Amino acid sequence: MSTIKERQEEIIDEFSMFDDWTERYEYIIDLGKSLPLIDEQYKKEENLIKGCQSQVWLHAEKVDDNVVFTADSDAILTKGIIAVLVRVFSNQNPEEIMNADMSFIDEIGLKEHLSPTRANGLVSMMKQIKLYAIALQSNQ
Amino acid sequence: MNFDIHKIREDFPILQQQVNGKPLVYFDNGATSQKPQVVIDAEVHYYSKINANIHRGVHHLSQVATDAYEEARVKIQKHLNAKNSLEVLFTAGTTHGINLVASGFSKLLQPGDEIIVSHLEHHSNIVPWQMACEISGAVLKVIPMLEDGSLDIDAYSALLNPKTKIVTVNHISNALGIINPIKAIIDKAHEFGAAVLIDGAQAVPHLKPDVQALDCEFYVFSGHKMCGPTGTGVLYGKEEWLNKLPPYQGGGEMIKEVTFEKTTYACLPHKFEAGTPNIAGGIVLGVAVDYLNSIGFEKIEAHERELLHYATEQLSLLEGIQFYGTHSNKTSVISFNFEGIHPYDIGAIIDKMGIAVRTGHHCAQPIMNYFEISGTVRASFAFYNTKEEIDRMIEALKKALKMLR
Repeated sequence: MSTIKERQEEIIDEFSMFDDWTERYEYIIDLGKSLPLIDEQYKKEENLIKGCQSQVWLHAEKVDDNVVFTADSDAILTKGIIAVLVRVFSNQNPEEIMNADMSFIDEIGLKEHLSPTRANGLVSMMKQIKLYAIALQSNQ
Repeated sequence: MNFDIHKIREDFPILQQQVNGKPLVYFDNGATSQKPQVVIDAEVHYYSKINANIHRGVHHLSQVATDAYEEARVKIQKHLNAKNSLEVLFTAGTTHGINLVASGFSKLLQPGDEIIVSHLEHHSNIVPWQMACEISGAVLKVIPMLEDGSLDIDAYSALLNPKTKIVTVNHISNALGIINPIKAIIDKAHEFGAAVLIDGAQAVPHLKPDVQALDCEFYVFSGHKMCGPTGTGVLYGKEEWLNKLPPYQGGGEMIKEVTFEKTTYACLPHKFEAGTPNIAGGIVLGVAVDYLNSIGFEKIEAHERELLHYATEQLSLLEGIQFYGTHSNKTSVISFNFEGIHPYDIGAIIDKMGIAVRTGHHCAQPIMNYFEISGTVRASFAFYNTKEEIDRMIEALKKALKMLR
């Protein structure tokens, strides 16, 4: 199984094939459209992270020793970025998630979506991913 | 003076830049307007030449700064056609002005008294009144909205009664751009002895309100939406009402005499201007008002109306578009969505092409709830925008739709 770092590098590689933002965004939109990211039963109020603009649902559970994330959003770009984040962080060990470096987001040209002004729920989602890791680590 | 759009655009240095490698198209004027060079220069001039605290010093600079600040007040008085300059209070903005009045009313209201707001309000004209209700035991009533974004005036008439103490509505809706029939709203309220506050935040960039003709008790607005600096604003209030309201904040400037036993308050307008005000801001707001008047509000309105018609026509050609606020009496604001597409996705993609619009609920969630949507895309035009810029937005939207569908 690949580590967080390896998965991040894989994604950076994929994104480096795109010449401009249009291709990058089209890829993100495709990711957003194609993936069933969350089971309907988890799309409930308590899993909802309210952004000012788009909303994110995030569910976490422990499978064996790893944290498995599923998530969704009402905006397709947000959902596509979530797909990238889930791919990096899901099915990883809680400690690795807690200590993970996030700079790969800059490298794939999506930094603006994770700035607080975007208010799309992604910044809170990142915080929530780490909080889940902490919570699920301590209730071993 | 002729309306020379190219010359006007040269007044705004920020419009000359590129965003994401594309010429900036700034259609988020409802959030804040851009500033002309005369306003920027006036800010620099104030801090380079005349900065001093006002109303206190006997020295030269303090006199110069005080004169400039008070001259700005008189300019704004004339602009609004207020009877007296002491009816013009400088504030930090619309939100500040509304909170000042609502806080004062919270001490005057009795349990069971009624406050009327409208369904079209910005959160800033809802929450302060809910807070006043909590403190006083007054009850909040809401004028309903119709499908086309206009207010249900028959329902409003039915809400009015002798318990109604204040009616507070916006002149123009920020989310939809609808111009409300405020003269009729004010006259009806007066039949029941209720005071009226008009939130003019979205109106003052587009038109020149005449507070005596309107006969409203309060009219509030922000400076930054009308080419002035951020953190500036005005609360116009009828003199008798400003005398009736208790002070909002205590401090320097607002007192007549202070002892530990009892403090007496200064007269208007100082009673409501505690502490050192935004001196530069007030002076520069006066410069912004002069600038707008030098162009002329008739010309501003005519140009913006043309932009609104052109943009509405061009947008209508895009497949799946849905407009919100279709009532005919509106200003240069267009709120819309595309079927099955989230406004955030549209906003984020056209930003990549240099187009700045607002997306989201526009701090007017009750309107979004009415239409059962999470938000809209809002393009709001100013007098310095052009049809060519609208064409660029349409091209950007076409590309976004192609990517998203």
